[in-house]
Amino acid sequence: MKFSESWLREWVDPGVDRDTLFDQLTMAGLEVEGSEPVAPDFTGVVVGEVVDVTPHPDADKLSVCEVSDGSERWQVVCGAPNVRTGLITAFARVGAVLPEDFRIRKAKLRGVESHGMLCSAAELGLGDDHDGIIELDPALTPGADLRAALALDDVTVELNLTPNRGDCLSIRGLAREVGVLNDRAVAEPEHAAVPASIDDTFPVSLEAPAGCPRFLGRVIRGIDIRAASPLWLTEKLRRAGLRSVDAVVDVTNYLMLELGQPMHAYDFNRLSGGVVVRMAEPGEKLELLDGQEVALDAETLLITDAGGPIGIAGVMGGERSGTQPDTRDVFLECAFFSPLAVAGTARRYGLHTDASHRYERGVDFELQHRAIERATRLLLDIVGGSAGPVVEAVAPEHLPDRRQVRLRERRLHELLGVEIAAAEVDGALARLDFELVARVDGGDDGVCWTVASPTHRYDIEREADLVEEVCRIYGYNRVPARRPQTALALREVPLTRSPESRLKQLLADLGFQEAVTYSFVDPRLQDLLDPAATPLELANPMSSEQSVMRTNLLPGLVGTLRVNLSRQQERVRLFEVGLCFVPGAEGLSQRLRLGGVCCGPREAASWTRQSEPTDFFDVKGVVERLVEWTGQAGRVSYRPAGDPVLHPGQSAELLLDGEPVGRLGRLHPEIEAALEVTKAVYLFEIEGETILSRVVPQHRGISRFPSVRRDLALVVDREVPAAAIESTVRETLGPLLVDFTLFDVYQGKGIDSNEKSLAVGLTLQDASATLTEDRIARCTQDVLAALERAVGARLRSGGAPG
Amino acid sequence: MSNDLDDTLKQLVGEAKRAVGEAGDERALDDVRVRYLGKKGELTALLKSLGQLAPEDRPAAGARINAAKDELQDAIGARRQHLSREQMARALEAEQVDVTLPGRRDAGGGLHPVTQALLRMEDIFVGAGYSVVTGPEVENDYYNFEALNIPAHHPARAMHDTFYFADGTLLRTHTSPSQVHTMEREEPPIRVICPGRVYRRDSDLTHSPMFQQLEGLVIDRGISFADLKGTVIEFLQRFFEKELSVRFRPSYFPFTEPSAEVDVQCVQCLGEGCRVCSHTGWLEVMGCGVVHPNVLEMSGIDSETYSGFAFGMGIDRLAMLLYEVDDLRLFYDNDLRFLRQFN
Ligand SMILES: [Zn+2]
Repeated sequence: MKFSESWLREWVDPGVDRDTLFDQLTMAGLEVEGSEPVAPDFTGVVVGEVVDVTPHPDADKLSVCEVSDGSERWQVVCGAPNVRTGLITAFARVGAVLPEDFRIRKAKLRGVESHGMLCSAAELGLGDDHDGIIELDPALTPGADLRAALALDDVTVELNLTPNRGDCLSIRGLAREVGVLNDRAVAEPEHAAVPASIDDTFPVSLEAPAGCPRFLGRVIRGIDIRAASPLWLTEKLRRAGLRSVDAVVDVTNYLMLELGQPMHAYDFNRLSGGVVVRMAEPGEKLELLDGQEVALDAETLLITDAGGPIGIAGVMGGERSGTQPDTRDVFLECAFFSPLAVAGTARRYGLHTDASHRYERGVDFELQHRAIERATRLLLDIVGGSAGPVVEAVAPEHLPDRRQVRLRERRLHELLGVEIAAAEVDGALARLDFELVARVDGGDDGVCWTVASPTHRYDIEREADLVEEVCRIYGYNRVPARRPQTALALREVPLTRSPESRLKQLLADLGFQEAVTYSFVDPRLQDLLDPAATPLELANPMSSEQSVMRTNLLPGLVGTLRVNLSRQQERVRLFEVGLCFVPGAEGLSQRLRLGGVCCGPREAASWTRQSEPTDFFDVKGVVERLVEWTGQAGRVSYRPAGDPVLHPGQSAELLLDGEPVGRLGRLHPEIEAALEVTKAVYLFEIEGETILSRVVPQHRGISRFPSVRRDLALVVDREVPAAAIESTVRETLGPLLVDFTLFDVYQGKGIDSNEKSLAVGLTLQDASATLTEDRIARCTQDVLAALERAVGARLRSGGAPG
Repeated sequence: MSNDLDDTLKQLVGEAKRAVGEAGDERALDDVRVRYLGKKGELTALLKSLGQLAPEDRPAAGARINAAKDELQDAIGARRQHLSREQMARALEAEQVDVTLPGRRDAGGGLHPVTQALLRMEDIFVGAGYSVVTGPEVENDYYNFEALNIPAHHPARAMHDTFYFADGTLLRTHTSPSQVHTMEREEPPIRVICPGRVYRRDSDLTHSPMFQQLEGLVIDRGISFADLKGTVIEFLQRFFEKELSVRFRPSYFPFTEPSAEVDVQCVQCLGEGCRVCSHTGWLEVMGCGVVHPNVLEMSGIDSETYSGFAFGMGIDRLAMLLYEVDDLRLFYDNDLRFLRQFN
């Protein structure tokens, strides 16, 4: 909502300066977003009177004028087509400085001396009209400073209004509010009825009275639509951010700004039959004023005549019935449409107009008579013509009811935490135009007020709304601040779940940087990184690159990795914790997941070591560390994954008790190539449920007896997974095995090319006895026998069990 | 005889001390010791030769020889100490490193700045007994709007430019649905904070289509606007660790009544006016209010017995102020050069 400060001050004198006024509005919930001067700086321009005009001797288009500045007469050469004797206009005297530092000097134009300049609106920065010099109100006194005469030291104020304050979408509403805040009277302009001078009427019937319970119409004949709107009118519109169109449109716009009542003018001669306000019928279409044709749906409230729709109620008029440059007779519409009838409509058709903005927030339903009379008066003054009588169609039972709401003093004090005196409440309610229906004193509730809300307020439905109104007038900042008094409950801290923050900290300590990426991703990237999934699609994405919901964390992480590589980052380690959105047979599953990506050198460059590129075992080490942290290391296993987005030979599924809970490995080289990433990318992804579970540790005691380590160099077939050796050893030795280390893997010289050698270290310890050499030897033999049976392992030649 | 002995001793000790002095290392020194003091050493030999003396001379001669032995023993000891010190000094010299060279370590990672701001908020509220509640991000209309007193066609829906899916579900525009779930699940007293990702169709310097919000909800008997003010003011002062002024402006949220926007004294200029606060001295940091009775009732809470307050703020917005970040979108760009500045 934009308005001119001086216009507001015409309605109410708040008795405070500009900054205080703005601060008051903001602190009353009508946030002043900003203000701009209505005119650029200029000096030395006065109201001038053209006293005489003669043609220039040497130029067809120039005139030589005598201009009075009130005390002296000056010869001024002027090229404007509208210059004429008697015109009151803007006169920039010699020495004046116009906007953009344009200095007026004595000059000769084609041999004729000119002492100053007559100015157009555009030359003074008052709009873009440069077709002629400005035509001022003849009542202005020549010689008066133009800035003062036109109140140009005014500002356009931009308000950011919340949707509940539709009542402030007009000068009238703002003036009322400012009056309340300062306890000042509001001076409403006169709106006496304009008596009909002709009998013409046009019938109106309401077939959808719930949506349109009141419709006022009036015929005005014989207007001159080409008559120019006066400067005071166009200035008010301009200062509220509206352009002048023609006098009829300007007047309806003016009324909307002044009173908050949207109006519409039809070309009376293009209407037939009568106005019927009804819901749209199937298949109906309407060409709107802005030229577009819309197909109307059955929920749409229409203004129609015998020829069909002529406007969408409260939103926009139709092209067929609009005023034209040759319009002579008009039919004025001034209606009340209910907020619900307009709200959905404007949105459905994507037609947010000044009218719909006001109707959907609620227009004062008692305002229509006043508005149509004032519009008539202004139109007759500007474009002439004769008005017929006002025709009103009304369905009183469908007008909003002025709901009665009760306010209890006790509840007011409880909800605000401050005791506001009853007299102060009386004052606030009265100033806000609430009608006092009853005021009962006494009882547990203290004073009980029952009030009916004013016809311009649509946001007062129950007690809480009155509590806010009273508090707003009392002043939010007068309410004390205190600490809530509440029972001191201790919070629950689950033993079997880790906080997400601890997980994140662990990853940070492991060298990973947390990323937070958008949950909606590029469908092409999503498809590349989860080809089997059908992701959830946004119906109204902001861009196609952010149009589907990720089904896993890879699109965000890999995308981020890629961007960072392109920004000269060598070594990238990123993780993210967030929801993934996986559509399934039983609906959408929103699963928390942890994901990580690594790329580049294993370690940051350092003089202390030569860093190798990251490989599978870096990312596996991270996963192992994470699993160990959850206390579930004994329950997980890894097996080669058949994951289409991962390298077939360097990827694994993470299993918890045999169930898949994650994956790790290298991104498939084809995908790396498709993404134009030239380095190997390793990644992991684990279900949040798994990684945030925590096994409560159970103390097992510490053996008092010494442990013994035996190292075995084994030879097995290349295909034998290391995990098979470990599990065989563990099974064979049971609790005697306190540690298993795989400390060397060898393939090459001395080993058959189909085989590999693994060196493992077994640490044995008994909880209740020192292990004898005999027992150790037996254990070793058992392990070797079991390994031979299970995986065909044998001791590497020359390597005796040591 | 005693003079002869003295001369011999003097000569021997002198000779031996010279040799001690010349011994360049532990081994040479030991050679000297063996030569003079060993079983076959020269001083040992002298002692052995005492038997050739008259018995009455033996004690005195023995004492002199022993004195000489002691003297030499001391000299060797002193030399040994000297040598070992020298050796240590050489070793230390050789082991010297350039302490200005960087240390050996694994490159560290770090938490996202918005996460860090969130953890700070959680710390503050959890300390006062609030629980942290999270919830789904794809929500239905009821939890995101209806249950919060925002019926269809309500103009307030325009305040939330919402992302929708074909089936009518949507991406939550605030974390308030988590509050509704909490109210449905729990009996008052309720004290929760609901952090999480939220989504609105908006993107510029201060808006991102996805951002992170923290909302709080307290419901109990006798909870008032004054309690809300106290909580919000104290939170902001704790979060920024500054005694900042805070003001409350009437505003409108369908789920609270009275509703307020909260402005905090600019953390940059402390109210003097600067670029960060657009020269107003104030920063708009959160919305809040007393929970609307319709909202309580829809979740099955008796609005006559209980009352509550709710507040909501952009974690990103507060992180921007805390860390002096001037473009919200940087948070979601995840440029490592940006993220590492917060490690
Ligand atoms: Zn500032």
